[in-house]
Amino acid sequence: MAIKTDFLRSIPYFSGLSDSEIDTVGKYIFEKKADRGEILSFESEPADVLFFVTAGVVKIFKTSADGKEQIFRIIRPGESFNDVSILSGMPNLISAEAMGAVVLYAIKKKDLEVVLREHPQIAMNIIQVLSRRVQELVSLVEDFSFRHVTGRVAKMLLEYAGDGVGEKPRLTQQEMASMIGTAREMVGRSLKNLEAVGAIRLERNRVVITDQEVLRETAGIT
Amino acid sequence: MGEMPIIDKAKCDGCGLCVSVCACGALKLVEKTVQAIEVDECRWCTLCELVCPNEAISCPFEIIIEND
Repeated sequence: MAIKTDFLRSIPYFSGLSDSEIDTVGKYIFEKKADRGEILSFESEPADVLFFVTAGVVKIFKTSADGKEQIFRIIRPGESFNDVSILSGMPNLISAEAMGAVVLYAIKKKDLEVVLREHPQIAMNIIQVLSRRVQELVSLVEDFSFRHVTGRVAKMLLEYAGDGVGEKPRLTQQEMASMIGTAREMVGRSLKNLEAVGAIRLERNRVVITDQEVLRETAGIT
Repeated sequence: MGEMPIIDKAKCDGCGLCVSVCACGALKLVEKTVQAIEVDECRWCTLCELVCPNEAISCPFEIIIEND
């Protein structure tokens, strides 16, 4: 299997490297394939390999004690996962699962350490990648800790449905998220929360408000 | 037959990520553009919308009040 150096160049980790440097890095990279549903990293377990997605999509998620899944990131081609665990030496804080057939490029932790020592530019690139990651996560933490997203989704549903008269444009989860200033991932979770308390019923492509009183309470409207 | 995810062909660059995550075979690439095929199994999981890097797929929800 030949590693595609053109693809390596498109990965933020390896941008700005010369042809010979890319060739050197390529010698440490190996390919891995996975099918839909395959778990690529387990929460609480140490990671030994850093992955780059070259085809397909991987989801990064955490599962709560009661089985609820929260997706943190969607990893598309060119993006990486397992970085934090690899670089910190700590167990993985999240799990990763192939959402369909995926092809990954991988580099072992010990090889990454060699590459980093020999090519400091990669260390600078990693700092940029991780800094952007921190910014994204701080934004998510803000949603989790300071804002009652479920309440805001409840309020938005009440306002949007109005008195139930007349036809209104349908909304995607992204549009709902934009309306209340949150991440799309938070909307899906909030809708499930509202269904669990009996305020709404989720049908295939409909949100049916079943108990306006509960919805008002959740929204903080008295 | 149910409604299917809506594809904005002008935004679709044919990357195929949506096809790779669709578990029910409702999406396929035709001449570098994704197309939705009507299948009973589509449960509106919205994963195709989630993974699309170009916002070319939308799975909108109707919001209604249940009539007693």
